[in-house]
Amino acid sequence: MTDPGKVLATFFVNGERHECAFAPHKTLLEVLREDLQLTGTKHGCELGECGACTVQIDGVPVLSCLVVALEAVGKQIRTVEGLADGPTLHPLQETFADLGAAQCGYCTPGVLMTAEALLRRDRCPSRDTIKQCLAGNLCRCTGYLKIFEAVELAAARLRGEPAEPRKETIHGS
Amino acid sequence: MVLDDPAARPAPQARTDAPWRHDVKKEDLKVIGKPIRKVDARSKVSGLTRFADDLTLPRMLHMKLLRSTQAHARIRHLDVSKARALPGVKGVLTGNDLPIPFGILPVSQDEHALCPDKVRFVGDPVVAIAASTEDIAWDACRLVEVDYEPLPTVGSVHEAAATEEPRIHDYGVRGNIHRLENLEFGDLAGGFAASDHVREDTFFFEGNTHLPMEQHATLAFFDRDGKLTVWSSTQTPHYLHKALTRVLHPLPAHHIRVIACPNGGGFGGKSDPFNHEICAAKMTILTGRPVKIALTREEVFWCHRGRHPVLMKARVGVSKTGRIKALDFQSYLDGGAYGSYGTASTFYTGALQTVTYAVENYHFRGVRFFTNKAPCGPKRGHGTPQPRFALEVLLDKIAHDLGLDPAQIRLDNLAPRDSLTANFLRIGSMGLGPCIQKVVEGSSWKTRRGTREKTADGWIRGYGLACSSYLSGAGLPIYWNGMPHSGVQLKVDRSGLVTAFCGSTDIGQGSDSVLGWIIGEVLGIDPLGIRVVTSDTDLTPVDLGSYSSRVTVMTGNAAMQAAERAREIIARGAAEHLGVPPSRLVFADARVFDAEDPQKGVSFADAVIAAESRYGTIGTVGSYTPPKTAAKFRGGGVGPSPSYSYSAAVVEVEVDPATGVYRVPRIWVAHDIGRSLNAAVAMGQIEGGVYMGLGEAMMEEMAYRDRTHKGQRVFVHKIPSLLEYKSPSTLEMPDITTYVVEDPDRNGPFGAKEVGQGPLLPIMPAVANAVFDAVGVRVDEIPVSFEKVFAALEAQKNGKPGRYGPDNVPPVDFGDSLKVKTPWQGGDGTAWNEPKRDKKAAR
Repeated sequence: MTDPGKVLATFFVNGERHECAFAPHKTLLEVLREDLQLTGTKHGCELGECGACTVQIDGVPVLSCLVVALEAVGKQIRTVEGLADGPTLHPLQETFADLGAAQCGYCTPGVLMTAEALLRRDRCPSRDTIKQCLAGNLCRCTGYLKIFEAVELAAARLRGEPAEPRKETIHGS
Repeated sequence: MVLDDPAARPAPQARTDAPWRHDVKKEDLKVIGKPIRKVDARSKVSGLTRFADDLTLPRMLHMKLLRSTQAHARIRHLDVSKARALPGVKGVLTGNDLPIPFGILPVSQDEHALCPDKVRFVGDPVVAIAASTEDIAWDACRLVEVDYEPLPTVGSVHEAAATEEPRIHDYGVRGNIHRLENLEFGDLAGGFAASDHVREDTFFFEGNTHLPMEQHATLAFFDRDGKLTVWSSTQTPHYLHKALTRVLHPLPAHHIRVIACPNGGGFGGKSDPFNHEICAAKMTILTGRPVKIALTREEVFWCHRGRHPVLMKARVGVSKTGRIKALDFQSYLDGGAYGSYGTASTFYTGALQTVTYAVENYHFRGVRFFTNKAPCGPKRGHGTPQPRFALEVLLDKIAHDLGLDPAQIRLDNLAPRDSLTANFLRIGSMGLGPCIQKVVEGSSWKTRRGTREKTADGWIRGYGLACSSYLSGAGLPIYWNGMPHSGVQLKVDRSGLVTAFCGSTDIGQGSDSVLGWIIGEVLGIDPLGIRVVTSDTDLTPVDLGSYSSRVTVMTGNAAMQAAERAREIIARGAAEHLGVPPSRLVFADARVFDAEDPQKGVSFADAVIAAESRYGTIGTVGSYTPPKTAAKFRGGGVGPSPSYSYSAAVVEVEVDPATGVYRVPRIWVAHDIGRSLNAAVAMGQIEGGVYMGLGEAMMEEMAYRDRTHKGQRVFVHKIPSLLEYKSPSTLEMPDITTYVVEDPDRNGPFGAKEVGQGPLLPIMPAVANAVFDAVGVRVDEIPVSFEKVFAALEAQKNGKPGRYGPDNVPPVDFGDSLKVKTPWQGGDGTAWNEPKRDKKAAR
């Protein structure tokens, strides 16, 4: 018997089926972190202000703190845990690691999920497009520049170009 | 584990310098300076880094704090019976349960985990409740009945100066003055008399906050064997361990284990022992179950400990050519409700003025007041951005008064390398000159400034320049002791694995990786193959914490000593095995080989086996203590550092002369880092510092509503959310051209100095100076908000001075100054009019 205060639902997260019982007022963020132990998705405000909790629902980035979990039932949810292909990191993860685009790493999962969605719909985004796209993801460590450069570098590699970071990006001018 | 052979150690004491290797040639380095990934990079991009709130334990309880709704009140009556009776509630704590006060500094143990009798700001915790779910804990908090007797409130330095009674604390100097300092170096009157031009101005720097993306969280568990473990988002596990030992008396210190989780950003905001950490520890002891608390974003604003609002009055005397003859500086700090690091903050508003430019005669007066607001403490730059702003703007004004180039007046005043300042700070390497030259050339400063060029949309372009210096770690620990500031242990396994144990805490700045890079360089192995175990008071030797930009220099030197000792043991074993003298062995590319015959060698792992077979299990230690300070006067303990970093920046602004709205399209920044240990990571620290400085310059402010609530005046934070507390997003981020200047310092590991805090400092004054260059008005106040620029433009239009800023400071009797003769007056670092005191009190 399910607790009368709870609902039973099935979620598809990173291609896997998860069934869990939870209080119906819970947000997707809470269910992911607390009921499914997917703590890669972070919280910075629970008010939709910082972007740290960004996940994808059916390929579209959403703020999981503003999504009631029940709305996500039956949809394809993707979190940072589903970004790598087994032990092989996604090109965005590689460039974020190489350029130091993740400092404390707390905003990183949300930034990666926003950026990955961008690169699927725009193979060659301009710097302005990247800025617009990531404007809802706050980062207090990097000043965003390494994030922009990491997205650009990953985009180039996803296009099949043998791109390397610019010298000024790594060593300064 | 057997430690290394004591007879083989070079010296028993902790390392105080890095005499060799600071001047090693770049091309001889394999790891240092290279853009190698951080040791934790893969975890961080995979969502696998475990922050404090990612941890759970079976049977864990959830704890919440009930916080004061009053800014200043006595607790007349507190009734928790209804809360206690709520089903699901497992534990309730009040002030009576934690009677021992604590605080980060020994001189201000003025906090209680839960207020026993009086609340001092809106947000001060009163009750802690643990329950089986978060919701029940919140519900129980609402059932607590608190009867407050309101007390008069104090909301600013002016009010605090005018309010003798009631006092917010019953300690301090007098009334609501927490600290009062008055230090005079050299002959100030003589300096001003010898000046050709004297200028005085008043400035204000509004408080702002760290805003780390991660909210503070703590998990505590008191196990059945009587051992307490606390996992927390803290930058200072050692100091938290000390605070817990104090408040949980008689629980012995060695039964308390603090593990600092990787911090999701700190910036100084996780450096104090916090109420929620102590309550979680007490609650797990009370209930016997694991207890977790994760603060809400609003609570993080209440914890604060961020930038102090500081009102400043500065008077500078210069010669015709702009040489600084005398500086008289006064700072008035709005400290908020508790001491926190405030004593150090007060001194820091006066300590580093002399490190950037040579100041011949210097007078500093500083006062910190208690007010009924969230307590202030250290934020990136700790106490130095406020005076830096004032001084750099004032210098800009003087350059204009005298018709000098603001860049040139700075170059002409540079503090000399390898010198003692007026206040006895010892400068080593000093690369500010090249920093200024880089940003001046890069920005085409000479041809662009003062041109008031118009943009396509009719806005006016301006350029501003400013400089700064910062310390690479505080020369003295927070509590007086003669022990090392940082320790590293190495365990060298026969598999070739090297494990480094160190108490340092990675807050995103890369301190775990610093260990890997330095050990990797010395032992010739891949840093990504080194296992790093950090910030666990049971397992790792003490490091004082991630504050004051101390980790790279201090743990770096300790790591180097431990690695050198391991290298020596392994070299002896390998030398015997290969039949080559140890001095001829090279450690590189995970091999140990003969320099004269590189084919003759073994893998690093085989070299370890050769050594372990002969000498037993291999483990080494290293530690570091900063050099002795030259300042011996009271207050001279704040400011000394093994080395000082230097930064210069040029900021470009475009200002709409009709509205005061401006944008910042480009910034050029140069930072003297001593030596860059990792190119990409150093760049990230510089860019992140510039970003944070830009936020402070343009928009960030810890502002309060001054409201009346039920007949009582309260100060409620105006904007305790990530949306309303404005910080720069991707859209505000300008293009940054970064120059890394390397002037290796003999006290740094491989010559390295700090980079985490310094590059923030020049941005705020450079923005203010750039606005002046564009539209000719001065905003002598941070943030330089659009409204203030507009107000100054309006004043200018109406024939008044084109300035926005404060025009007075509160009346404060600073008493007689401590008088110190400068080194060039033959001074010895003591105050000649200081009464004799015992050594311990001197700290």
